[in-house]
Amino acid sequence: MIARLQWGVYDTWTITRRDLITWVINPVRVVGELVFPIMFVLLFGYVFGSGMVVPGGGDYRDFLMPGIFAMTMAFGIGNTMTVVATDIERGVMDRFRSLPMAPSAIVAGRCSADMVNSFLGLLITIACGLVVGWSWHDGLLNALFAVLLLLLLRFACLWIGIYLGLIVGSPEAAGAIWGLLFPFTMVTSAFVAPELMPDWLGFLAEWNPLSSTVGAARELFGNVGAETGSSWIASNAVLMAAVWPLVITAIFLPLSVRRYQRLSR
Amino acid sequence: MGLAIVAEDLRKRYGDTVALDGLDLAVPEGTVCGLLGPNGAGKTTAVRVLATLLRMDSGRATVAGCDVTSDPRAVRAKIGLTSQHDAVDEALSGRRNLEMFGRLHHLSPAAARRRADELLERFGLSEAATRPAKKYSGGMRRRLDLAASFIRAPRVLFLDEPTTGQDPRNRNEVWDVVRSLVAEGTTVLLTTHYLDEADQLADSISVIDRGRVIASGTPAELKARVGGSQIDVVVAAESDLSVAASAVGFACGCTPSVDTAVRRVTAPAVEPVAALGAVLRGLEDVGVTAEDVALRRPTLDEVFLQLTGRPAESETSAEEVAA
Ligand SMILES: Nc1ncnc2c1ncn2[C@@H]1O[C@H](COP(=O)(O)OP(=O)(O)OP(=O)(O)O)[C@@H](O)[C@H]1O
Ligand SMILES: [Mg+2]
Repeated sequence: MIARLQWGVYDTWTITRRDLITWVINPVRVVGELVFPIMFVLLFGYVFGSGMVVPGGGDYRDFLMPGIFAMTMAFGIGNTMTVVATDIERGVMDRFRSLPMAPSAIVAGRCSADMVNSFLGLLITIACGLVVGWSWHDGLLNALFAVLLLLLLRFACLWIGIYLGLIVGSPEAAGAIWGLLFPFTMVTSAFVAPELMPDWLGFLAEWNPLSSTVGAARELFGNVGAETGSSWIASNAVLMAAVWPLVITAIFLPLSVRRYQRLSR
Repeated sequence: MGLAIVAEDLRKRYGDTVALDGLDLAVPEGTVCGLLGPNGAGKTTAVRVLATLLRMDSGRATVAGCDVTSDPRAVRAKIGLTSQHDAVDEALSGRRNLEMFGRLHHLSPAAARRRADELLERFGLSEAATRPAKKYSGGMRRRLDLAASFIRAPRVLFLDEPTTGQDPRNRNEVWDVVRSLVAEGTTVLLTTHYLDEADQLADSISVIDRGRVIASGTPAELKARVGGSQIDVVVAAESDLSVAASAVGFACGCTPSVDTAVRRVTAPAVEPVAALGAVLRGLEDVGVTAEDVALRRPTLDEVFLQLTGRPAESETSAEEVAA
């Protein structure tokens, strides 16, 4: 039993390592991870930013960065889904399944690889933010707490990604599904305060799980725009930034496990 | 000599589709068994069940002495699998791929690296060892994929269409590797659309149609079932074909098959030498000049046609399926 557990850990590490190696063998990947945040910072911070209104006043980029952090985490759905779908289509998943490795390590390895990748990606984005003048104003401890909540969101997205990746089974289909999901990741409080949107859209944006994390990050980083709006959901952002990801995980983790087991039906 | 693969009455359905309908197999250790059958016959399904990737609905199977259903892990420690895809991580180099799979076979990191180097050498990939697999040619990727299924010198190797889409040179290379493994005692279950591949590699062949074995035996035994020898007559002019066909048919006592494109009439001959004489005399009587007359063993294509009532897949359609 202990031996099994040890092999499980060793196998998980092997699968994780498979992904982390790409940072070493392909340093361009750092550039790839930079593209999205830089694009959003440039586009929203500088192009649209001049016309943006921050409720309560304040610097728009200070308002924007927590939104971009959360977006980066949400984009993880697309990454995870694509990798899982590619492994299935290329037969790599079948090869893993035909090896005498711990079956749970296939998913556990994916999970830890994506978490480490996202953590590195988040660090890069934070560095980006510091460059354009964003910073945290409420102590390092709160800032670390904010990072933790962001990673918790990524953890939830991971299970959505694994589940969808197992369903679609090809990178092309994964791309198409991501195209459908993408707008959903945009209807949030990340770029514009929901109270400035039409009522129905603002409602959707406020209840979008992403917005809770965005709100919590603003609050904990001490950035402007925290607690925009007076609704219950907006004023309980930190609580909901923990609740939403846990609920999502509670739904999609078992779904993913079931779906994975169905590969052998 | 024991049996490396035993399958009894395997059944598997997908919704309304019956993929396996009571499949039986018995493959002796150290031999190559070829699974032959038209598209959708159930070959891949059979391989996936035996390689523990798919649960069967009912039936019993052991691979290398381990029960597929009750002890899949033990089976996995003893098998290698090459599916219809090149199942390697394209971002990683050949060496890193093999190292990863070695570690997943629970070799120590050092042992995994050593084994990776050995395999790269053996499969002629040493020079490309550090290049990412996505930059490999199709043949190189296929060899890398094969190398990955040889990590632990498997007792039983499953090859699902190992050479589909490969050029003749690559195909020969793959065949050589398979032969050398078999020489070392590995048992191979091979599915293929290429009859010459089965002819080249297989000690025994099971022809599968609609999820069950409809014939099995050595390639020679199967060919003998078509009626021993075949007589081919190639005529000089296409206009002579029908006359020649009736003459040949009369001489052999059957309806011959006619291939207009190459102006050829073919008929099975039960008494080959007597039939050959009769054919030559018959052609002379009707005044047809033959360009070529030959007596030969039947091909597996003819076996296939007779057993399933359908010709084997042509190369192009087989590749389309794989694509
Ligand atoms: N995942 C699946 N879901 C539904 N039906 C399936 C699935 N896999 C296979 N089938 C069906 O089961 C039957 C057997 O398929 P299988 O892939 O085993 O055939 P095959 O002999 O390998 O064919 P090919 O020569 O084309 O590779 C086919 O009718 C196929 O359509
Ligand atoms: Mg197949």
